[in-house]
Amino acid sequence: MKDIIASTLLILILTASLGVVYPIVVWGIAQAVFPFRSNGSLIEHEGRIVGSELIGQGFLSERYFHSRPSAAGSGYDASASGGSNLGPTNSKLISRIQTDVEELTGNDPTVRVPADLLTTSPSGLDPHISPAAAEFQIPRVARARGINESELRRIVAESTEAREVLILGEPRVNVLRLNLQLDRISR
Amino acid sequence: MTLNGILQILGYLVVLTLVTKPMGIYLTRVFDGERAPFERILGPIERMIYAFCRIKPDSEMNWKQYGRAMVAFSMISTLAVYAIQRLQYYLPLNPQAFAAPSPDSSFNTAVSFMTNTNWQGYSGEATMSYFTQMTALSIQNFASAAVGLAIAVVLIRGIARFETDSLGNFWSDIVRGILYVLLPLAFVAAIFFVSQGVIQNFKPYEVVQTLEGTGQTIAMGPVASQLAIVLVGTNGGGFFNANSAHPFLNPTPLANFVQMLLILIIPAGLTYTLGRVTRSQSHGWAVYAAMMILLTCGTFASYWAESRGNPLLPQNADQSTLGGNMEGKESRFGITNSVLFATVTTGASCGAVNSMHDSFTPLGGMVPLVNILLGEVIFGGIGAGLYGMLVFVILTVFIAGLMVGRTPEYLGKKIESYDVQMAILYALIFPLTILVLTAISVLGEDFGLTSLNNPGAHGLSEILYAFTSATGNNGSAFAGLNANTLWYNTALGAAMLVGRFLMIVPVLAIANNLARKKRVPESLGTFPVNTALFTALLISVIIIVGALTFFPVLTLSPILEHFQMLSGQKF
Repeated sequence: MKDIIASTLLILILTASLGVVYPIVVWGIAQAVFPFRSNGSLIEHEGRIVGSELIGQGFLSERYFHSRPSAAGSGYDASASGGSNLGPTNSKLISRIQTDVEELTGNDPTVRVPADLLTTSPSGLDPHISPAAAEFQIPRVARARGINESELRRIVAESTEAREVLILGEPRVNVLRLNLQLDRISR
Repeated sequence: MTLNGILQILGYLVVLTLVTKPMGIYLTRVFDGERAPFERILGPIERMIYAFCRIKPDSEMNWKQYGRAMVAFSMISTLAVYAIQRLQYYLPLNPQAFAAPSPDSSFNTAVSFMTNTNWQGYSGEATMSYFTQMTALSIQNFASAAVGLAIAVVLIRGIARFETDSLGNFWSDIVRGILYVLLPLAFVAAIFFVSQGVIQNFKPYEVVQTLEGTGQTIAMGPVASQLAIVLVGTNGGGFFNANSAHPFLNPTPLANFVQMLLILIIPAGLTYTLGRVTRSQSHGWAVYAAMMILLTCGTFASYWAESRGNPLLPQNADQSTLGGNMEGKESRFGITNSVLFATVTTGASCGAVNSMHDSFTPLGGMVPLVNILLGEVIFGGIGAGLYGMLVFVILTVFIAGLMVGRTPEYLGKKIESYDVQMAILYALIFPLTILVLTAISVLGEDFGLTSLNNPGAHGLSEILYAFTSATGNNGSAFAGLNANTLWYNTALGAAMLVGRFLMIVPVLAIANNLARKKRVPESLGTFPVNTALFTALLISVIIIVGALTFFPVLTLSPILEHFQMLSGQKF
């Protein structure tokens, strides 16, 4: 019985301190020092919020670079994150990728598609694509926007993020930021 | 495999090794009566908590009193988590007006967080209010970690003490673990994570118009404060469904590196504490070496498998440029960091994930599975890893003793039949629970198999992984399995309870029995526990016990799938 009372009191005091005070103190500091980050890194464009720098979104138009396929909800649903969870021998996975390959290559067997454009990310909200995936899309976007490829290649290179601390992570391109940059240059 | 990938992995292992000693010294000072750090600031708070809870921190407990206090604390914890979930609709900070999760789901989650498993049958952003996350789940992230830490400390005390039955005070171990270890680490980590882009707010979900003009609802919440303790306490329960793959939980490669470090920092430090308290520092390092070798081998095995990609993909899918199998992996982490995180999180009983283990290649995904099957002793969960490893140490010393035909000794104590019986009990409960429950699920056509996301051998992997993860108190998943059903919620809940308490009891019994023993002077016949030979023998025992038990079921799941994949079979 003594144990039960001590447990109950301890849980109560932990709930008050760790459950309420601790997150609020972190919140206070976060809001004061990193307001942009702690509120979701939301980006404004032409007077409205168009999304978060960290949360990927789907693009269909020829004029934009496209993100990876997404298994979050019906695609880039940022209230239902998640991956496909398809195993490597699952025919659903293989046929999905087969379909996408055919669409992206126009059935040309010599064209090679970077794998990230064919695979879903675990969050379904991957904001990035690889530099190879951006390069793959340059001819299409250049044609749709009527800018030349080398100009576009320069813009892509500028928005490519390098590895951190020299070796950490992979080089990557933030799709939303790249597309915003394109919209600023050519409407 | 690339040079950069290998450098990233080695870099991580080196940094982990560098933090082991300082962390170990710090832990010793907190738990072993040496003057605790920050005593001046935290001391008054500590004494206030004791006064409020009517705890006498200096009264020493024997193993039964200690165990009773732990069970009482865990019971009240479970009830609190269950109650808050069921009442969440009526509680504050629920901007999305989520209703209460079902009773079986609430039971599963309550048990899951209390046992430090953090298996999640639910999806965070679609189920839990901010209040539930903060006051029910987060509290257990602290408390269950502190319990694991306490049990490891008790076992270390049992080894270090002679002819006594007092093993410390449960309440003071819990409070000091939280106040001096978990909270400061979590606090600093939380602020760092916000600087990287992890969110910390109480806003309702943000509804935005995307660049192409469609609507997107972005889930929000007090993520950073919870994320930090989820990692430090090797809990692993993600605020959002996608866990540490979600860009709001793990926005940058640097954040990812720190997350992996936080998962293993306390488990690694504890090996140093073991050496320091038992006055045999080289034994601590010998145990550390066994863990490190297993971790390194696992990481590179999985890295190799994932680098080869999936041979079933069409010819013009270019997997080599990105380094391998990208299904279920984030661009910013790539193959290397996904594989390393998967190995780290399953070596420890953390269970946070930054990639989807379900979509790994068969052999790549077998490494996380095997890590848990070996008993989560590759650093292992906070506390739980070390006490699990010490059980294997006792078995190793016993087997070495048999080889030379002498009564085995361990750090000045005779290891006798009672100790070995308890160690064997510990080693048997684990596979028994996993294999029996997996078998029942496989035979249950209308309750076990209906939850599968993947057909064929991979389906067996999904079920096996679920029960392994639950019994091992890991919490990661082959997440395709729909585990939010009456059968899985209940059976996995039971597996978590068994994996926690039926394994802690033999450990406490061993601690008690060891503490009572007399000191035996070291002699020529003593098998030294601080040599490379000992490390090698320890690794062999772990692998032999694991392999003998689980090889049959592994051949039917990942290994079978591997050969099917190579021969071009799909399901």
